[in-house]
Amino acid sequence: MTPELLIEAVVAGILLGSFYAAVSIGLSIAFGLLDVPHIAHPAFLVLGAYGAYLLGQHGLDPLLAGAALTPLFFLGGVGVYRFYHAAFERHGSDKGLRGLAFFFGVAFIVEVGLIRVFGVDQRMVEAPYIGKSLALGSMRLPLRMLVPFAVALALTIALSLYLSRTFAGRAIKAVAQDQTALALMGADPVRVKQWAFGIATATCAVAGALLIILGPVEPGLGRLYIGRTFCVAVLAGLGSLPGTLAAGLILGIAESVVLTSFGASWAPAVAFGILLLVLAVRPAGLFGR
Amino acid sequence: MRGGNRFLAAAVLVLIAALALTHTVQNEYFFFAGYVVLQFVVLATAWNILGGYAGYVNFGSGAFFAVGAYTAVALIKALDAPLIVQVIAAFLLSGLLGFGVGALTLRLRGIFFSIATVAVAVICETAVINWRFVGGSRGLAILQPAAPLWFESYTRFLFVVMALIAIFSVALARYIQISWIGRGLRAIRDDEDAAECAGVPTLKLKLAAATLSGALMGAAGAPFPLYMSFIEPTSVFSLNYAVSALAMPIIGGTSSWVGPVIGAVLLASVQQIVTVTISSELNVLVVGVLLVAFVVAAPQGILGLAERLIRSRGVARGALGARDNGIGDRS
Repeated sequence: MTPELLIEAVVAGILLGSFYAAVSIGLSIAFGLLDVPHIAHPAFLVLGAYGAYLLGQHGLDPLLAGAALTPLFFLGGVGVYRFYHAAFERHGSDKGLRGLAFFFGVAFIVEVGLIRVFGVDQRMVEAPYIGKSLALGSMRLPLRMLVPFAVALALTIALSLYLSRTFAGRAIKAVAQDQTALALMGADPVRVKQWAFGIATATCAVAGALLIILGPVEPGLGRLYIGRTFCVAVLAGLGSLPGTLAAGLILGIAESVVLTSFGASWAPAVAFGILLLVLAVRPAGLFGR
Repeated sequence: MRGGNRFLAAAVLVLIAALALTHTVQNEYFFFAGYVVLQFVVLATAWNILGGYAGYVNFGSGAFFAVGAYTAVALIKALDAPLIVQVIAAFLLSGLLGFGVGALTLRLRGIFFSIATVAVAVICETAVINWRFVGGSRGLAILQPAAPLWFESYTRFLFVVMALIAIFSVALARYIQISWIGRGLRAIRDDEDAAECAGVPTLKLKLAAATLSGALMGAAGAPFPLYMSFIEPTSVFSLNYAVSALAMPIIGGTSSWVGPVIGAVLLASVQQIVTVTISSELNVLVVGVLLVAFVVAAPQGILGLAERLIRSRGVARGALGARDNGIGDRS
């Protein structure tokens, strides 16, 4: 592999990595902070992508469509969490197995539902910035990667600031640390958690739009992103948002380098390989407590 | 042990019935469908050893199944090995895979094991796609040998083989359940820390369960290439196996070996009927919806529902009796 090729791969990896952080940030909140075994997160992501596709059919820009869908996804997330809480968390017993099976079933239903409505064909969106690219010296940076990069970076930074600087954000961090203490302070942990889960789901609308800007989408894509999102969330150290960005970049660069040196068919295994390695060597992740 | 004898008798009866069917039923499709139902009995039973008894959820049953299938393919291509060798090799190799995944992640919380099994599924699929010898992504056609003596067709023979594997799996699951291993696994499911403190060798038991569970799934996959006489990665690694292997025990009831058998026979039969009469997509949707409905509304599965029904009838009868007595006393 020549140095130029390597540099190109790393640059592409950085662009991709920021996007991976954006798709994983909802999981970092839901799984890392709230301890919900949210296997259905990637399925919601694909749902967001199809939402952007559907609105795009009416001429709406995918990014605007993603933004327009966030309130809907927020409410959906609140609903899912309330249901999950009522069905599993309140009783507590055997919640691990049942919660996992529940979200797995939900993910499966979303996937099959999408297949029934849209078919298994790949779908894509049109926007003025898709197809163009920016020349940087000898390197060409396609805008369909640069735009997700910028939006993903903004989203990740904004959410990190929200969690560390605002009152509501700190409440979410507090509920992750000690739920009982929060209850003793007179706050309702369930309401804080449903707010946080709503935000986590709302990120799927925006990240889903980025997903479909980056490339064509098909209903089964969610399964691939189970590996990527959990890889990033675990590598980050559960619940750490700056860690999520770092972990996303690591995964992006690793995948991009493997892609250029071994071929595209090996790329899907990279995320899972890193995930297994992290679980075996350092399950607390990079920035874990 | 009267229960043991009765189980043995039932197992022998099932085997005789399977053999008798191959000589009485004319319709070849019956064996095609029957094979699939039995295959899901094995998968569901195998899943339940780790998932139901110990509470560790495996999302990658398809991977273990596929490793079994591709072990068989490799053996057919390289050595032209007989079916029995294929099944045993698949059993061992998938068991090894189960042990490996378990050793990596069973020290951690349950969800990490679950995610790791998804990881294993994708990694195995990637490896097979890139492995030319067994057909890669394009797949490989495999010639069915001539039907052995006593059998009209090879599919009928495979039907009996799968019945044997199913009986072996159920017997193994039943043995685990009633032995000290099952008691230890249940203790892990209920409270792992407490079990560890009470001296239960939790990691060893979990590893044993993961190994056996994986091995049985591999054995279920071994006859698959010959059954289909064609193999390609997408269908073998299909999510349908992973979902079904998990949904069937949960729907049937995870607490006993009977649950997965009930769930598998019921659900796989319904799937076969829906696939033929309506559509194959609808049948996967049915499984997903049933899974969520049972997990939420009836976590003990059909077994739990049946138990509750019997108990409530018993209580009702008891209450009725008490009231009768009361009336009798007053008069």
